[in-house]
Amino acid sequence: MGTRAAISRIYRGEISADIVGRPKIWYTISGLLLALSIAGLLVQGLNFGVEFKGGSVFTFKAPSASIEQVRGAVGDGGAHQVIVQKAGGDWRVTTESLSSDQVTEVKTSVAKELTVPADKVSTQVVGASWGGEIQKKAWQALLVFMILIIAYLSVAFEWRMAVAAVVALVHDLVITAGIYAWSGFEVTPATLLGFLTILGYSLYDAVVVFDMIKEVTKPLGPTSKMTYSEAANQALSSTLVRSLNTSLVAILPVGAILFIGTTLFGAGTLKDLSLALFVGMIVGTYSSICVATPLLVQFKEREPKFKQLRQNIARREQSAKRASKAKVRAGAGASAASAEGDPSDDDAGEDAEHGTPEIRSTVTVRKVVQSGSRQQPKRGSRQQRRGGR
Amino acid sequence: MAPPKNAPKPGRTLLALFAIMVVLAGLAVWQGQTKPKLGLDLAGGTTVTLTAKTANGKNPPANQMNQAVKIMTKRVNGLGVSDAEVAKQGSNNIVVNVPGEGQGRVVNLIGTTAKLQFRQVFAVADGKPSSGAVPAPSPSPSKGTGEKKDGGKSPSPSVSASPSGSASPSASSTPRGRALSGALTAPTPKPSGSAAPSSTPSASSPLGQPSGQPTAPTQDYPGVTDKAVISQFEALNCYGGDRRAPGSNDPNRKFVAACDQDEESGQAAKYILGPVRVLGENVSSATAMPPNAQQGQASWSVSLKFDGTGARQFGEVTTAASQAYQQNPSSPQAQVAIVLDGQVVSAPSIREGAITGGTASIDGPPDSFDQQYATDLANVLKYGALPLEFKQSSIDEVSSTLGSDQLTGGLIAGAIGLGLVVLYCLFYYRGLGLVAVSSLVVASVITYEAVVILGEGMGFRLSLPHIIGLIVSIGITADSFIVYFERLRDELRAGRKLRSSVENAWKRARRTILVADAVTFLAALVLYFLAVGGVAGFAFAMGLTTLIDVIVVFFFTKPMVALLARTNFFGRGHPMSGLDPRRLHKAQDTSAPAARTTSQEA
Repeated sequence: MGTRAAISRIYRGEISADIVGRPKIWYTISGLLLALSIAGLLVQGLNFGVEFKGGSVFTFKAPSASIEQVRGAVGDGGAHQVIVQKAGGDWRVTTESLSSDQVTEVKTSVAKELTVPADKVSTQVVGASWGGEIQKKAWQALLVFMILIIAYLSVAFEWRMAVAAVVALVHDLVITAGIYAWSGFEVTPATLLGFLTILGYSLYDAVVVFDMIKEVTKPLGPTSKMTYSEAANQALSSTLVRSLNTSLVAILPVGAILFIGTTLFGAGTLKDLSLALFVGMIVGTYSSICVATPLLVQFKEREPKFKQLRQNIARREQSAKRASKAKVRAGAGASAASAEGDPSDDDAGEDAEHGTPEIRSTVTVRKVVQSGSRQQPKRGSRQQRRGGR
Repeated sequence: MAPPKNAPKPGRTLLALFAIMVVLAGLAVWQGQTKPKLGLDLAGGTTVTLTAKTANGKNPPANQMNQAVKIMTKRVNGLGVSDAEVAKQGSNNIVVNVPGEGQGRVVNLIGTTAKLQFRQVFAVADGKPSSGAVPAPSPSPSKGTGEKKDGGKSPSPSVSASPSGSASPSASSTPRGRALSGALTAPTPKPSGSAAPSSTPSASSPLGQPSGQPTAPTQDYPGVTDKAVISQFEALNCYGGDRRAPGSNDPNRKFVAACDQDEESGQAAKYILGPVRVLGENVSSATAMPPNAQQGQASWSVSLKFDGTGARQFGEVTTAASQAYQQNPSSPQAQVAIVLDGQVVSAPSIREGAITGGTASIDGPPDSFDQQYATDLANVLKYGALPLEFKQSSIDEVSSTLGSDQLTGGLIAGAIGLGLVVLYCLFYYRGLGLVAVSSLVVASVITYEAVVILGEGMGFRLSLPHIIGLIVSIGITADSFIVYFERLRDELRAGRKLRSSVENAWKRARRTILVADAVTFLAALVLYFLAVGGVAGFAFAMGLTTLIDVIVVFFFTKPMVALLARTNFFGRGHPMSGLDPRRLHKAQDTSAPAARTTSQEA
């Protein structure tokens, strides 16, 4: 029953959790993950593929062999990263850099399994094709992109949102890279492309959430009844369903590719790319909700405008408490009535603060209307209408 | 049920979109392509092994090899978005993998040495050996340089340096004191509204008449101090064979003899050239320019910009040449030769005075100096000269590196994944899910069409990462629908009517979708322009899907929802439509955030 209720609440978009209110939890989690990732990058390092480091190339003739047989033969010789290519009647197999002992092993294995004379297997060293130039350019591009994105988001939203979004982005990239470092998965050009996709996805997600926050917090003024945090949390709650749906829809194909890639093919482009995407998307969804938003809220709460708002609300609450205490002291009957009418401290205080009875009564009326009695007859009438037809 | 006059007309928008899709499909068929082009990893390509040539046969220095790899990578990437690979093999080989079969043009381009030099001309003669003991000019068109697309045509380009403003007088009545050089400096027949002192070894010149030239064997060439070069010059035969005179590419030699790069109308001249005045390294940019009919230019041209040193040096050499022209318009020293790989591309005489603006342009006859030639030349010049000379030691067609199983696997997995997405959409959004699913289908079709068309137009080739990227992007595309649908449901929860909710929700969702897509598009744009190799291709795919996402949401999803809102099924909120107000509300649950905000704001 509990799960069913949860599902139907999700369906109606009614889940809400106080995510913004507890930034320390999220910062601790993220901090730990980041520390672990950085440690992984420093201690373990990334396992770069042939394309980045260069490797050994074996060339031999085996006209009757299939690509799988060749891959198998070289793989059995102890090479991990095997790229097989056929050029005319020759096979050209690229592996990671091998020591001379390993080269001999691969040669023997090829000779045995494909019946090629070992001395007919020629070996050469090949340099990195994704060399320093491409990596340098990639870093440059990343840097320029960050600057542009901060500029764009500062114009479209404001600089605080831009900074929060970019922090979340870096967070995602570092954690994904950290997972690669610890797991020892190979970093190939395909992986790099996966990282680039994360870059777009992470920001996209944050932007959608921020757009909602912007909308909800727009009407906030000095006399509003919500602090910025509360408003942001509400915005977050109402986009939570969207975030979850989007992530699910994006992760499903990636998951399928990852599953097929790992179970059917072992190492290869499919796995390299989809793993980066899979991890990055999960982290990206988490970070736009639990890192970017709390961070933004902390920035915003420092603004004088929202500081003032928070103080106003706190003052009102204070005086409300004092007032209700006074009430309790004054007469038991009255307090009992008010408590029964409204359990929430906040609202009770509202009534007490604005001393005039008219306002108090209007607020209370609105409360009642909200808490169902208005909905009830409306719903009834609709059913009646339906029944009538 | 007639909609009000100014209401959006979803039917028309949908029709327009389908018309666009049909046009795209027609375009693809018209191009003769119905399948996307595949990249190196999926379809194989051409592998070229280039071996460095050194004078002493030893291994070249490692840093020169690395620099050559760098330059070749740049050149290959300058050709488009298809990702080629350039790798060093051993100590003196470079392996270049280019996707696609029969990439002859690319292969020739990457290995071209392209040493560009500007030298002042000291003597000009017809390209036959002066001794007269050689057979008559061979009429056979030479393919010596191998750089041209088709050897029959003879691009013998001319340079027109363009100092701004000054009209070119180029009076045709140059006194022909000396037949040969006079002919060479004869103005081009073109109307030349451009301020271009330009000259071609022109077809109408008397240059080729074999007899009647008083070719004194050891003539005195004013200013030339190197006797060896003079005899080399006299023996040089520029018709057929290798046109590269020994040493003509050496920037350190004071005097060299050199041939025209190609014959034009059966004529080729030879030159004695003075010291190098400007080196190719001083060219800061080179751009292929389309013909500019307004300035009387009929061919493509390559416009060069020099850096500071280059501009100063070019100014100096043109000053000297221009002074020589003032003294004697037919003096060979009035010409400045553009030497590419030891051959003279053109040698215009400088009539307009010094060119100090730091720019020059190379053009030639329209039949050979076409877009491809100009682009390739610009690429070679822009991406620098190779520090070493290379010979092609092997050219192979190679198979794919991955095997088709990975592609099939990727496609099957993608299909399964998208299938799951479809199921989820239908489960969660019910009737609206159908809109989402058909939007995905439309997005897929447009993506496919675009990839096919761009494969032909821009050389965009799908590699496995691209395909996965596209599958995933289509998944991410679904986010736009989700943003819209959630807004729509918010409106309904707030108790509004469906018809007005469709428009209200759209207004709010539209901005979100545009801002979010702009971010992704910006990412794609930066990566495309700043990164190289496979990254550029991937960024291209990313930008493409983002644009398609916007198109689909604006021209399909939204009008579709608007159209469906008019039906009874959706309009009345049938339980299966996904828009049932009763399921979206839960009356007794008052803490629904949406309801609370609206009433508090009200």
